[in-house]
Amino acid sequence: MCTVCGCGEGETHIEGHEHPHDHQHNHEHEHHHHDQNHTHNHSHHDHTHDYGQGPAHAHAPGLSQTRMVQIEQDILGKNNEYAAANRSWFNTHGILALNLVSSPGSGKTSLLTRCIDDLKDELNLAVIEGDQQTANDAERIRETGVKALQINTGKGCHLDGHMVGHALETLQPDDGSVLFIENVGNLVCPAAFDLGEAHKVAILSVTEGEDKPIKYPDMFHAADLLLLNKVDLLPYLDFDVDLCIEYARRVNPGIKIIQLSATTGEGMDSWYQWIRATQQISMIDYKSTAATGV
Amino acid sequence: MHEMSLCEGILQVLETESVKQGFSRVKKVWLEIGDLSGVEVEAMLFSFDAVTRDSLANGATLNIINIPGTAWCMKCSKNVTVKQRFDECPDCGSYQLQVTSGDEMKIKELEVE
Repeated sequence: MCTVCGCGEGETHIEGHEHPHDHQHNHEHEHHHHDQNHTHNHSHHDHTHDYGQGPAHAHAPGLSQTRMVQIEQDILGKNNEYAAANRSWFNTHGILALNLVSSPGSGKTSLLTRCIDDLKDELNLAVIEGDQQTANDAERIRETGVKALQINTGKGCHLDGHMVGHALETLQPDDGSVLFIENVGNLVCPAAFDLGEAHKVAILSVTEGEDKPIKYPDMFHAADLLLLNKVDLLPYLDFDVDLCIEYARRVNPGIKIIQLSATTGEGMDSWYQWIRATQQISMIDYKSTAATGV
Repeated sequence: MHEMSLCEGILQVLETESVKQGFSRVKKVWLEIGDLSGVEVEAMLFSFDAVTRDSLANGATLNIINIPGTAWCMKCSKNVTVKQRFDECPDCGSYQLQVTSGDEMKIKELEVE
């Protein structure tokens, strides 16, 4: 039984409840609303807890018509819906979408232009560029001859599922292509916003601190691959590669790590190999769907 | 950092629900926010007031229910409490932890009129 208002476990809420919730809401007490194990089924989000339609139905005189509504919705639910729609669109079109995330200045765009130059004859590529302002990056990509679309987030610090959905309508990437989504340079917010991508790829350059993975754990936790960029500069820096890798594995034991340099080309082949392998895996699904006509 | 966007997300949910469930004003909102969700509660409270101004939730109180971070330690084979994602197991010091709760960001319930 609820120790605060005396309501039974698994029961829904009481209307008029000036009392149950006027106390400071503190998680320590055993209020049933926080109990993960109670039997009440929250999967039907539509029910309301309306125990009175007007003054005549109020339980006691003087009680207002306020009522409780349990909604149990994820704050990012809306974004996740958009992301799910994008993901299903990618699947039906056999597109491998990669969400590239990093701090500003880690060399994302340079890495991407080099990667496109090296792979464009072999793979069908497309790019969505996210920045607060300017279309500079998309122009840099378009110079390589690959389809690119710029999203300017304005005040926003990340791309979201809705923006990417609209970008897809305009960009129209070809079936079977690899779509790079270059997120806004930011190691915090893009971690939480699913775009429908197959993988998040984090890019960290050795000119940053080796402790970035533990300073921004959410991002490195969300990523499946870490590209450690600018390794050609290591002789001039105090960057401890082993420590960085250890930190990254602490927040994400399953993360794959490739050391490379977009300037000298060192290690780039491993990254390309990862793209090819990942694309082949996504195509297995696509082909089987196409073959069965589902 | 992204508390402003989160609050805009909350407002969207409130507006959708107000049509679905037939209410016109939101007086209180309870959120479940996990320790590992990366949400700064102070920033959330600040943004919520700014975002809900002149909306159906104008002046609504935001209550935050904190969900502690817990993880399963592979070595100890038990649940332990963690404060951050990269925390080691408080008992054995291992980093082989699988987070089991604490990354929640949920709108739990509302008091409405």
